[in-house]
Amino acid sequence: MKLVILNYGAGNIKSIQFAFNRLGLDAVLSNNPEEISAADKIIFPGVGEASTAMNKLKESGLDRLIPNLNQPVLGICLGMQLLCNSTEEGHTKGLGIFNTVVKRFSNDVKVPQMGWNVIKNLKSDLFSGIKENEYMYLVHSYYAEHCAETIATTDYGVNYASALQHKNFYGVQFHPEKSSLAGAKLLQNFIEL
Amino acid sequence: MLTKRIIPCLDIKNGRTVKGVNFIDLRDAGNPVELAKQYANMGADELVFLDISATLEGRATTLEMVLHVAEQVNIPFTVGGGISSIEHVDALLQCGADKISINSSAVKRPELVNELAEKFGSQCVVVAIDAKEVNGQWKVHLAGGSIPTDIDLFEWAKEVEQRGAGEILFTSMNHDGTKNGFANKALAKLSETLNIPIIASGGAGTMQHFVDTFKDGKADAALAASVFHFGEIPIPELKKELKKHHIEVRL
Repeated sequence: MKLVILNYGAGNIKSIQFAFNRLGLDAVLSNNPEEISAADKIIFPGVGEASTAMNKLKESGLDRLIPNLNQPVLGICLGMQLLCNSTEEGHTKGLGIFNTVVKRFSNDVKVPQMGWNVIKNLKSDLFSGIKENEYMYLVHSYYAEHCAETIATTDYGVNYASALQHKNFYGVQFHPEKSSLAGAKLLQNFIEL
Repeated sequence: MLTKRIIPCLDIKNGRTVKGVNFIDLRDAGNPVELAKQYANMGADELVFLDISATLEGRATTLEMVLHVAEQVNIPFTVGGGISSIEHVDALLQCGADKISINSSAVKRPELVNELAEKFGSQCVVVAIDAKEVNGQWKVHLAGGSIPTDIDLFEWAKEVEQRGAGEILFTSMNHDGTKNGFANKALAKLSETLNIPIIASGGAGTMQHFVDTFKDGKADAALAASVFHFGEIPIPELKKELKKHHIEVRL
């Protein structure tokens, strides 16, 4: 099993690497197209501002590589958002894998949403063994609108897609690497896909 | 629903836990990693490490500690204490810290909040504010609460929100260490005037104090140290009690 975490200078990738280590797996950090293409599974992380992260993806050429990957890819947090059509943050065009848009939470709720919230309507092998209404840790100011590819939902002022799947591409808004045992289970499921 | 968070705070000096910690059978109560794991297992939602090291060597040891915590702990954690540069924040985040908190350095140079938010994102920038109520006025204090300023708590909190802080950690100097409850009036006012999460700190003594700070203080999270470290309030029981009062918590 060759597991690669995309290293394009955006995000707390150490935590993701450690989370896989706890599962007894080594994850390689890489921005090398050949190494990435040869991987069995790929993690697309991301925190910070969307347009900055997208620029970094473009600088590394990963924006062209990612949509052509055939192996399972898991976008986490901003990684998931960048796989959508577009995001309001920095008026950024996404990679267009998930047929939905990312919008900012309204000011009726505190922004960012920060903390543990539940995921519901789970529809994917990614959630195998994870119960409905399980708690996951989230930190975000923007959310993905529902679409046909929604595989989990969460409520925060609005009901939104907290996980998405299109073919071999998976995305989760929450941080499985920081979501205790349930998060670890999800990462294990991704490895076993 | 987004749940209210319970956050134990650990004081760290030269990479070790200080103040007595005496709540559970730990092989080494001074080992922050072991303690952090225990808290994560007990259902703590997040952890805060406050570095009180006075020397550069001490801070370097803390960096190593952060790496070990990130390696072994599966819940988010914040590191604060003596942080005043982008480089320092970068090093902490590289080691796996999820958030950092700044306090006096933000008062001395408020642009630091903007710089950190732009470079690393608001989600990892916590601004800690120590304040004391004197004659009905809440004034910001520096250096662990020892130096008074003329800055108004609410104006300062609003300013750091506008500069890009993702969260406020408010400690009331009037309540800290008293075990008489949190500063709920000030907390509620902060929560109503700001649109970012507020962590209540200072004054936890009983489970009812947590109920009150979530209900009356409208806090998003509550932080405490000794009541957790000495086992006076076990976290699983606290969460059950909160649930009984219809406060959403992760159980």
